[in-house]
Amino acid sequence: MSENTAVSKPDTRDDAALLPPVDVIEDASGITLYADLAGVPKDKLHLHVEGDALTIEGDVDLEIPAGMESNHAEVSLARYRRVFTLSKELDSSKVGAEFKNGVLKLSIPKAEHAQPRKVQVKVL
Amino acid sequence: MMYRSLFPRDVLSELDRLQREMQQGLHLSPSIRGIARGGFPAMNVGGTAKSVEIYAFAPGIDPATLDVQIEKSVLTVAGERRLEPPGEKATVHIDERFAGRFRRVVTLPDDIDPNAVEAKYRDGVLRITIARKADAQPRRITIQ
Repeated sequence: MSENTAVSKPDTRDDAALLPPVDVIEDASGITLYADLAGVPKDKLHLHVEGDALTIEGDVDLEIPAGMESNHAEVSLARYRRVFTLSKELDSSKVGAEFKNGVLKLSIPKAEHAQPRKVQVKVL
Repeated sequence: MMYRSLFPRDVLSELDRLQREMQQGLHLSPSIRGIARGGFPAMNVGGTAKSVEIYAFAPGIDPATLDVQIEKSVLTVAGERRLEPPGEKATVHIDERFAGRFRRVVTLPDDIDPNAVEAKYRDGVLRITIARKADAQPRRITIQ
């Protein structure tokens, strides 16, 4: 799995998005990805796999009182987006997703044929 | 530990921000506690006529472990973020998320009422609403 920086669509200004920080951990069964998407409610999180591209997108929805003026903003865009390229041995049809308190946990299992096998070394 | 650059964005909006910050930097003298970027949690601060609103972007934290204090118009948000440790045989390919203890301090305006504070945690965002003192709110004066 690698990060895809060459996005096929040209990025327009309205399309600007924050890059959420992620952790990617791989073990024998597959890859686990955690992404910090603070402020995104469950119904505004969009995950899609197209070919070998996994896209994580989310819109920030904060309760902002009427007439609020911003004094200081470190999170100044209301959208997150990050695209990853999945490798062939991952089974993109069995991606499991959990989303709680703004943290997304994705489990991407390895396809059965790609599960690691122990190779016996014969000593002659 | 410093949090790695918060949420890097595309180059255009980054340049935009740079320009804005330089303009601000020329006109305003910064607060003594500074406005540190790149800390965890990221914070947005805003205000209405009636309240001061602080949004702290702190995903994946048990709200019971968050410590929010106001002392003499200084707000402190502290806590610890624990992440699931990777398994023994696991390989970490990307490691960008903040882990560990954090503390951020914000200077509040003088007209706030430290007894009227509300804090809510939703979708990984801690929202702190501090009411402004009633006598500091603008009043219309009737002309006789």
